[in-house]
Amino acid sequence: MNNMLHPSLNPHLFSPQVEKIPTRNGYGDGLLELSETKPEVMVLTGDLAESTRVLAFWKKYPERFVECGVAEQNMMGVAAGLALAGKIPFVSSYAVFVPGRTWDQTRVSVCYSKSNVKIAGAHSGISVGPDGATHQALEDIAITRVLPNMTVIVPCDAEETRKCTLAVAQMQGPAYFRFAREKTPVITTVQTPFEIGKSILMRTGEHVTLVGCGPLLHEALLAAHELSRDGIEAEVINMHTIKPFDHAALEASVLKTGCVVTIEEHQVAGGLAGAVAESLGRHHPVPMESIGMQDSFGESGEPDELLTKYGMRAKDIVLAVHDAILRKQKNLKR
Amino acid sequence: MLLPSRLTELELAANQIRQDIITSLLSAKSGHSAGPLGMTDVFTALYFEIANITPEKRDAEDRDRVILSNAHICPVLYATLANRGYFPREELSSLRKLGTRLQGHSNNHFRPELPIETCGGPLAQGISQAVGMAIASRTHFQANEKDKGHRPTWQTWCLMGDGELNEGQCWEAFMLAGKLNLRELTVFIDRNNIQIDGFTEDIMPLEPLANKFKAFNWSVIEINGHDIQSVVSAAELAKTTFENPTVIICHTTPGKGVSFMQNRFEWHGKPPNAEEGQIALRELRTLAGQIKSEHE
Repeated sequence: MNNMLHPSLNPHLFSPQVEKIPTRNGYGDGLLELSETKPEVMVLTGDLAESTRVLAFWKKYPERFVECGVAEQNMMGVAAGLALAGKIPFVSSYAVFVPGRTWDQTRVSVCYSKSNVKIAGAHSGISVGPDGATHQALEDIAITRVLPNMTVIVPCDAEETRKCTLAVAQMQGPAYFRFAREKTPVITTVQTPFEIGKSILMRTGEHVTLVGCGPLLHEALLAAHELSRDGIEAEVINMHTIKPFDHAALEASVLKTGCVVTIEEHQVAGGLAGAVAESLGRHHPVPMESIGMQDSFGESGEPDELLTKYGMRAKDIVLAVHDAILRKQKNLKR
Repeated sequence: MLLPSRLTELELAANQIRQDIITSLLSAKSGHSAGPLGMTDVFTALYFEIANITPEKRDAEDRDRVILSNAHICPVLYATLANRGYFPREELSSLRKLGTRLQGHSNNHFRPELPIETCGGPLAQGISQAVGMAIASRTHFQANEKDKGHRPTWQTWCLMGDGELNEGQCWEAFMLAGKLNLRELTVFIDRNNIQIDGFTEDIMPLEPLANKFKAFNWSVIEINGHDIQSVVSAAELAKTTFENPTVIICHTTPGKGVSFMQNRFEWHGKPPNAEEGQIALRELRTLAGQIKSEHE
């Protein structure tokens, strides 16, 4: 079945020993690459230089780094001021703070003013783990994608995060991208294409469309692998850019499959599932199921335990696929 | 020191700006009265004398940056820019109307035609952006090896209200500017003692305000905000002498120039009605009755 996978993906994808790297490392690597080619790139943090992986940039270019202290609202404004004066600032903190704590500043100083600010939200999703609900950003996609002028990206692994970091520096305008704390499987390779606003067809299939973003795409691919044994071929779309949304790719897939399962480490309201539902409702309504947080907060625990408890593993995706296909076949409405 | 003739010119300009504020508020039928009239002399000094920006070079990279953080007083910004020659005074009557460049809170969508660097409204956001622009000026300066040892590329001037200082974000910004010895930044605070719900010291006491800034590693100058010479001298001192950020606390009379608005917090957020507007204009044209030969 591997011949249906995108040829550029990690060949050891399904191995139990698949390499795992935290996506945030890709951010730090991307910044270092950028620092050499784009002198206008600056980095800001709010007392989180190490955990957001910007320490190396700080050491290399102290004059292009602003340590703002534990004061995120001011940090977002300072970034807007830098951007309006021609710099390309990267705001680095936890997603619960940027954009969580700084939504008003993001709305006015960044989006309304069309400031060229890049917002890097670390420690997103429930897999943040033991820190508990306060530090697990599960609403950040929703609150950013409703803002005019904003681009929203959820990279799936360290390599895609690196490419995303380079890509947002090339585009003009505000961008938000999120990454995770834990080591997660390496899904893509240097050869895998990445273009903002253009989703990646990771696996082709004709029975169901799995639309995912972030590290959970690995679970989606595992689920597709398992479903294939039962004769169900799932199409897997890496919808890394939530906004602007790739309506065309989604529509082309559902025209073929006739049902959808969305997969994200985020509330199912307002995030990727919201974007998919809005798109399908307008262009091509089909039965849809959603994997993600079902309107609840998280809690402390190991990442694997939490993903299992809150139903975001491959087995949960398999069940959701069966539901979606059943509804398609019976043309059932909920 | 300003020449006496220049000072008279600026004072007359300020009087015209006050009249234009009243006229534009009459046309808009909503907006803020007290703050704009109170800050007119500071705006006149800043845009006519202090800041290195001119209508002739609106997009100069090394232009001074002026940030209005308490953007609800933008009628004074618009009236000042029109009188400074950025756009015709007739446009002031479009204030707050559909399709206008003169939005209810000032924004940067018409730069460089209008020299407005950012969007204001939610209080305290301007000061943080001013800090960012001042840091950018320093970084820009450091990047040019040949410039090392010289003054920064541009000065950033930020205008704030005193009620605005209730916002915690202001103090985050002051802390960062103090830490960086950000001499590239100068802040004017409109110390008019009023905010929407009442007098500042009743709503949320600010005193001892000067000491608070000193504790944050800022230089402090206190002036009469209606004395244009004092405004110009303070700005000069802030820009050329002090090695850390400077706050110029401008003691002003809210509603300055219109007797029934002066020192009345009720006038913070409302415009005059037609009758009040005519009285206000007459007071301004006659310098509160001192000039008898008014012809209308």
